[in-house]
Amino acid sequence: MLVIYGNEDLWTSFPEKEWKEVVAAHDTFQRELTETGELVRVEGLTDAENAKVVRVADGVPVVTDGPYLEAKEYMGSFFVVDCESIERAIELAARLPMARFNGVEVWPLMDHGGTEM
Amino acid sequence: MRTDARVEDLLRRLAPPVLGALVRRYGHFDLCEDAVQEALLAAAVHWPDEGLPDSPKGWLIKVASRRMTDQLRSEQARRRREDTTAAAATTNETLEPAVGDEAVADRDDTLTLLFLCCHPELSPASQIALTLRAVGGLTTAEIAHAFFVPEATMAQRISRAKQRIRATGASFHLPPEPERAERLRVVLHVLYLIFNEGYTTSTGSSLQRSELTGEAIRLTRAIHRLLPDDGEVAGLLALMLLTDARRPARTSSDGDLIPLEEQDRARWDQDLINEGVTLITRTLATGPIGQYQLQAAIAAVHDEAPRAEDTDWREILALYELLERVAPNPMVTLNRAIAVAMVQGPQAGLDLLGVLDADDRIAHHHRLHAVRAHLLELGGDRVAARLSYRTAARRTASLPERRYLEARAARLARCDPSN
Repeated sequence: MLVIYGNEDLWTSFPEKEWKEVVAAHDTFQRELTETGELVRVEGLTDAENAKVVRVADGVPVVTDGPYLEAKEYMGSFFVVDCESIERAIELAARLPMARFNGVEVWPLMDHGGTEM
Repeated sequence: MRTDARVEDLLRRLAPPVLGALVRRYGHFDLCEDAVQEALLAAAVHWPDEGLPDSPKGWLIKVASRRMTDQLRSEQARRRREDTTAAAATTNETLEPAVGDEAVADRDDTLTLLFLCCHPELSPASQIALTLRAVGGLTTAEIAHAFFVPEATMAQRISRAKQRIRATGASFHLPPEPERAERLRVVLHVLYLIFNEGYTTSTGSSLQRSELTGEAIRLTRAIHRLLPDDGEVAGLLALMLLTDARRPARTSSDGDLIPLEEQDRARWDQDLINEGVTLITRTLATGPIGQYQLQAAIAAVHDEAPRAEDTDWREILALYELLERVAPNPMVTLNRAIAVAMVQGPQAGLDLLGVLDADDRIAHHHRLHAVRAHLLELGGDRVAARLSYRTAARRTASLPERRYLEARAARLARCDPSN
């Protein structure tokens, strides 16, 4: 999973032209990965304003606004890719425009299979 | 709707000869493969209710040819130019080979298709997907399910693989003799990967996964029938049978992994073991030895021990030493370390692991830490063993493996409350 972090300040700091380039780069990236059969899923998260936190206390769910309003950075979007190796995943992450600003995290996902030891 | 098993079995067997007949007639491997897939789907819908046609193979060829002709015609119209292949095809309705040629053609089709789908230019993921569809006759949905990716992702992977094959200019012929051994090695590796993909246990989706194991065995059996004198083909088949024999005992009812020495051996599939042992014994006596034969021989030694403590570790150690010479890689060394520990004591095994710490290919692999943990535990160093189990648990990307390793660590902590 490739995770892009950031915050509203960062995302709104781009001049319009530059932002369009970022979006276009994402579109190309997504198209290429669809074509190679590596793209499993991509999602962008809505504004942190909309996030909720659910805590269950004594069996009763308590809903509050997301902790993210105060957080410096939060998850903005993620790609789930199915690729040959961690090296390939890193190569893909490096192509995301946001890798130049905040860094893109690469997380191997848990596999439900396994072999006995 | 679930196709009944008999029809499904028949369709999978017929997929390669039908595709072979089409490609020989029309060329265009990529388009023919789509047409055959559609014919297989149509058959899966109609046959269970309407009964089998007189000639199932002829029916499939006819339906697929119709699709193919339509497609070529529309492409022809689009390009507005003469396409001699399509023109020739539309005038010839009978595609069944003469009766005498049929067996030979079917035989070559399966092999030719395997070589094509396991083209060295493709990535392993693409080779696997294309092999399962074009040779195995599985649907894209089934393959996607088995690999836990959306159907659209798998469809793209397959179509991309076919484009790649077209770009290499590879034709529907057996590779030239000098290349064949090397190409067969790739085919066997792909089947080995399919088997392993299915063998790794999985909670929830275990059905789809074991189907991959069955499919790998079925395809390897088919190659073994075609190339009975090839030692490595026989070795790979034996390895699969001897490994699959342990499947009923390797997980608990709630999906936990059970290590070899704790498995209930009464639950091993004795028929598979007998078949595998017979096959590998016969094979080792005849040809040049290769890595699959050696791995099968090791699996046979494990399978033949009535209890874990009866395992002939000296024999296993000798086989690993041979395997390391034939196919040296750090994973083999790691397995040899276990055998060394069982024969010469845990410290000797741990010493060998020290060598692997300096090998970047495996130094960070969870399996190295898991083996070290086992050997430390065997040697009585509970504290260090627990640390190694924890490290291994953190490093694995497999949920059942992580659960198993954490349980081992927890067990040691319980034995020794001071830690």
